[in-house]
Amino acid sequence: MRDVAIVAFAQTGHRRRTDELSEVDMLMPVLHQVLGETGLKARDIGFTCSGSSDYLAGRAFSFTMALDGVGAHPPISESHVEMDGAWALYEAWVKLQTGEADTALVYAYGKSSPGEVRDVLTRQLDPYYVAPLWPDSVALAALQAQALIDTGAADEAALAEVAARSRTDAAANPYAQLTGDVPAGDYLVRPLRTGDCPPVGDGAAAVVLAVGDTARALCARPAWIRGIDHRIEAHGLGVRDLTDSPSTRLAAERAGAFERPVDTAELHAPFTSQEVVLRTALGLGDEVSVNPSGGALAANPVMAAGLVRLGEAAARIHRGESDRALAHATSGPCLQQNLVAVLEGESAHA
Amino acid sequence: MPEVLSAPLVVEFPFTRSLGPVQSAFLTGLRERTVLGVRTGDGKVLVPPVEYDPVTAEEIRDLVEVAATGTVTTWAWNPAPRRDQPLDTPFAWVLVRLDGADTALLHVLDAPGPEAVRTGMRVRVRWAADRTGAITDIACFEPYEGDADGSRPAPHSGEFTDPVTTIVTPARLDYTYTPGRAQTAYINALAERRTVGERCPSCRKVYVPPRGACPTCGVATAEPVEVGPRGTVTTYCVVNIKAAHTANLGIEVPYVYAHIALDGADLALHGRIGGIPYDQVRMGLRVEPVWTEGGRYPDHYRPTGEPDADYDTYKELL
Repeated sequence: MRDVAIVAFAQTGHRRRTDELSEVDMLMPVLHQVLGETGLKARDIGFTCSGSSDYLAGRAFSFTMALDGVGAHPPISESHVEMDGAWALYEAWVKLQTGEADTALVYAYGKSSPGEVRDVLTRQLDPYYVAPLWPDSVALAALQAQALIDTGAADEAALAEVAARSRTDAAANPYAQLTGDVPAGDYLVRPLRTGDCPPVGDGAAAVVLAVGDTARALCARPAWIRGIDHRIEAHGLGVRDLTDSPSTRLAAERAGAFERPVDTAELHAPFTSQEVVLRTALGLGDEVSVNPSGGALAANPVMAAGLVRLGEAAARIHRGESDRALAHATSGPCLQQNLVAVLEGESAHA
Repeated sequence: MPEVLSAPLVVEFPFTRSLGPVQSAFLTGLRERTVLGVRTGDGKVLVPPVEYDPVTAEEIRDLVEVAATGTVTTWAWNPAPRRDQPLDTPFAWVLVRLDGADTALLHVLDAPGPEAVRTGMRVRVRWAADRTGAITDIACFEPYEGDADGSRPAPHSGEFTDPVTTIVTPARLDYTYTPGRAQTAYINALAERRTVGERCPSCRKVYVPPRGACPTCGVATAEPVEVGPRGTVTTYCVVNIKAAHTANLGIEVPYVYAHIALDGADLALHGRIGGIPYDQVRMGLRVEPVWTEGGRYPDHYRPTGEPDADYDTYKELL
């Protein structure tokens, strides 16, 4: 295996609306920032991969317009996933493992503001038995939250504490959309209140990956990807135990997360109840700093929020605030698909 | 900066999907008020049924009939139904394990309020009056006092007269489209019968229409540059199929659709060529835009009557 690290990370300030910005307008500052931090030009990048969704934009092949911001002419080696950018990062990591590239630019963006994201996300559901009922993303998360409450593992007060802790932590995150003392609010879909749900917003993120000594040359303290894996569960919601996340646990195991303790975990949990499920599935104790960025409850740019988790975990390693961090991304309803990466910084004397 | 444009954008698509043997039996069964499940290799009954075992991935076809009554395994109260959801009054989303099944079905429960719903409550199917072979043939669930009878699900052939083999699932999503700064400026200028591109600060190329970024340099373009109105046909094609869209019904075929390099632009845009027989359009033809009365953009381009442009003047723009 080649040693691969995240060497730069940038994200936009996440906002409820960005009407004045096209996707490429929103994306360019973060692309320029990660390239600027590494001193690389688009020409120097061996592989480029992005994550986004046409359903958010309401337009076919919307990612091709965003590609203008990369400088794709003369031709570059490029790919796209119709998923969160965390999966684009996985594809780039695989590309680097093949030896065909030494550096990769990964970016992701999503504007939820043009549509109704609760409705838009119903289009990813089973089209025969589920999508015709239009169960929106909050409704499905609420079913999971009630199942969790029924087990006694959490109650509404415990969920509210997750929300409060996340948004309090987010006050130190200049990019977060929702910070500070946020009221629990009314039930959106009971048992979830507005405070248990992520803000709807627009945003983008980018990272640069590099191998071995290239990474060391580009970054004072690279965040080495020691393991990365992703797993999926049955699409039938009634087949799964919604109070557990076996796919997260398996991905974490394959990524080596359980070999040694982590000090930080960036969990992609858009709903408070999902953080409880993920903490349990990963066996994270109180000694682990969970979502110091505020997590998806503070900013949830759909298609970029998972990549932001990887970026936030890496940035803590870059800054020396973490030595070993777990980063998690999810996709699909009720934590259907999950990706886990373990990131480490080299010790100072190494 | 002028206010950015915005407009409603509706995306609608009626997907036609073929069902396969198991889903066909299940949805036809609903039309006939019969709920079918499928038995896995280890004896579990999945409702709704799938064609492949979620654990072993083996193909499964062993259909059984289960009851139209069941037990709520989890629920969520929806105080504000959204468009296209099954009920337009507040309802509960429910996962229901039907009597005889080992897995739960997602649907909705008609109940007076959240206090009337709990995990473990007994419910039964309320059938839709008009059933077509769709999940919505179950109108909803409703509270039911009876206990489960505990009998094993009965084997079922899955055969019905006139089986449903395909479904059409309409979907509509509503957006408010905002094209952003660069395209807003372009569209606003067009309404004034001007064509405005943007110059890349790095390579100095002028992009028309502007998209806000230079695809060569990957930097924002910002300097507005008025181009045209005249331009040169760089390449073209002859369209022989009449437009289906009502806005274009008046366009007779064959007609020519062309790439046109407006004077001063470093990128060709595309438009329809009129005012000349389709078989006389050629590379190098000099054209100008034609606006219809009140039009916010050029309807088509017509010949200017100038001599054709020399190939060397536009060969880089092909």
